[in-house]
Amino acid sequence: MGKKRKLMKVYPIEENCVSCRYCEVACTMVHSKSKDPVKAYKLENLLPRATVEVKGAVSLSLMCRHCKHPFCFDSCISGAIQVDENGQVHLDEEKCVGCWNCVLVCPFGAAHPYVSEEKRHSFKCDLCGDRGFPACVEACPNRALVYDYER
Amino acid sequence: MLFKKPQVAFYPFMVLRDDYKCVRCKSCVDQCSFDATYFDEDLNMIVNRNENCVNCKRCEAFCPTDAIKVVKNPSTFHPDANWTAEAIRDIHVQMLTGAIILTSTGNDKPIRNYFDHLLLDACQVTNPPIDPLREPMELKTFIGRKTDQLQFDSDGVSIKTTIGKQLELEIPVLFSAMSYGSINLNLQKAMAIASREFGTYWNTGEGGLHKSLREFKDCTIVQVASGRFGVDLDYLETSAAIEIKIGQGAKPGIGGHLPGEKVNEGIAQTRMIPVGSDAISPAPHHDIYSIEDLRQLIYALKEATNYKKPVFVKIAAVHNVAAIACGIAHAGADAVVIDGVRGGTGATPKSLRDHVGIPIELAIAAVDDRLRKEGLRNEVSLIAAGGFRSAVDVLKAIALGADAVYIGTVAKIAAGCTQCQQCHTGRCAWGITTNDPKLAKRLNPEIVAENLYNLLRAWAHDIKELLGAMGINAIESIRGNRLRLRSWGLTEQENKILGVLPAGM
Repeated sequence: MGKKRKLMKVYPIEENCVSCRYCEVACTMVHSKSKDPVKAYKLENLLPRATVEVKGAVSLSLMCRHCKHPFCFDSCISGAIQVDENGQVHLDEEKCVGCWNCVLVCPFGAAHPYVSEEKRHSFKCDLCGDRGFPACVEACPNRALVYDYER
Repeated sequence: MLFKKPQVAFYPFMVLRDDYKCVRCKSCVDQCSFDATYFDEDLNMIVNRNENCVNCKRCEAFCPTDAIKVVKNPSTFHPDANWTAEAIRDIHVQMLTGAIILTSTGNDKPIRNYFDHLLLDACQVTNPPIDPLREPMELKTFIGRKTDQLQFDSDGVSIKTTIGKQLELEIPVLFSAMSYGSINLNLQKAMAIASREFGTYWNTGEGGLHKSLREFKDCTIVQVASGRFGVDLDYLETSAAIEIKIGQGAKPGIGGHLPGEKVNEGIAQTRMIPVGSDAISPAPHHDIYSIEDLRQLIYALKEATNYKKPVFVKIAAVHNVAAIACGIAHAGADAVVIDGVRGGTGATPKSLRDHVGIPIELAIAAVDDRLRKEGLRNEVSLIAAGGFRSAVDVLKAIALGADAVYIGTVAKIAAGCTQCQQCHTGRCAWGITTNDPKLAKRLNPEIVAENLYNLLRAWAHDIKELLGAMGINAIESIRGNRLRLRSWGLTEQENKILGVLPAGM
């Protein structure tokens, strides 16, 4: 394997996750037009890009891992998924034709389908590119998410 | 739910939901550990089982859109000063279960809080106050036996007398005994970290010392209670002091019972009992039936640890507390710990919690008085416990005569506790008094340790400000200095017991 990439991503810490879903709601909120959690879910019909997986005592927040060899990139038929020089995986929702290949191949279940009357496309964690810092990490009340360089 | 038992029908709390604000994130469903809320797929709604709600407010705290309010059930019984809702509900419970009512935390009855009736002094004109931000202030406290007199070398300066081991506290506040089992390891770890960082001590409680906490040896007080859980030489050695627990303010005169289903691998190993077996602390120590017996245990522990550890004795504040405390001083204890009627617990019969014991303020005053009269005050330190809420309570207790104060409930509240009185169920939604792995992980020791450190720091600031206003620059100068206290709204008799003058005199 090559040298370490200079890529920052979000790491979940399973021992600290209390499955409160703050990450989910924070994610939905910051990706909405209204920046209001209630409107984001109810009027804009948005869904979170980070999802909390719970099984008994085990829980953790799951979002795009920005893989070194992203299967979603390989499988994308429209060129909507691109990898930048840092290794961050971008999904252009405008270009996406909604074939759901990425949704199928993602081993982490981190790409999600979005269907509305006017459009269908997949969506995934963009590390809050516009914000500068991931909202889920900021929202986590138990330090179960950290934003760190790839290990 | 057509035919409900009365205790189910007349539930005390209910969850109000603003369905407009609810985004169905289901955080509340996952957070509720009392099965009081669930998601109904058909209705696409979150629904409550109000009869299960204990008002722990976990769902309310974690609702990201502020859609939840837990409120008192507005439907009340007929207003009656005697037949209160609590009295009626207690009868409902007992008529169905045939058992004593178990509860937890501290006494919730309106027993007079004497701290609220004491006022502190301040300096004006004739003696100057001190600004603690500009001048040094000393909160350092030493717990342990002091000598009757000092002997000096021929130079007249160096002290010849040696004194026994003392505990050195940066603030006269220690974390009180909460056992591994009643609380989980995360809170113990948080208290241990905060103690080490700030310079105070935490107490293992009667459940032994988990091996992962051995590194905190120098700030750990280990407890020896009637069950002798986890006690061996190694345990006694891994400590700064040893505490013999005779009684506890929340349940004077009875032992403890950690149900077998709570005894998991870690607890079993730490308590040195089989997994799944009930951990029963007998009401008495079966080897202590007199002060002489207590003396034997104190000296057995001192002998075992080479006279290197101070030995405390903890008792509940009961009617003859002053005489008992003197006995303990005579028996050779280095400190006597008194736990008042408002002291908390992880599980106790409700009747004992609410009706046995006396307020700690009166106990401090009575014990301090009696020890002075018998010329024993320097031989034991006096640590007060049970219901201390703030730095002001601590300072008033010290002015009444205590050397230091134990805080337990305060530590729990700093960890998220909302005092819902469900510790005994082991379902604590805040992950404090539970060892269920799903719930226990809700308490992040790193975060809570920071909270506790901040709290101690804030209290130290508070105490320094109050001392400065009184023109005092060392906590030692206020210790037992009841002249700096005045009371309001108390009877002559109460003032006499407290040894304070009424305001205006």
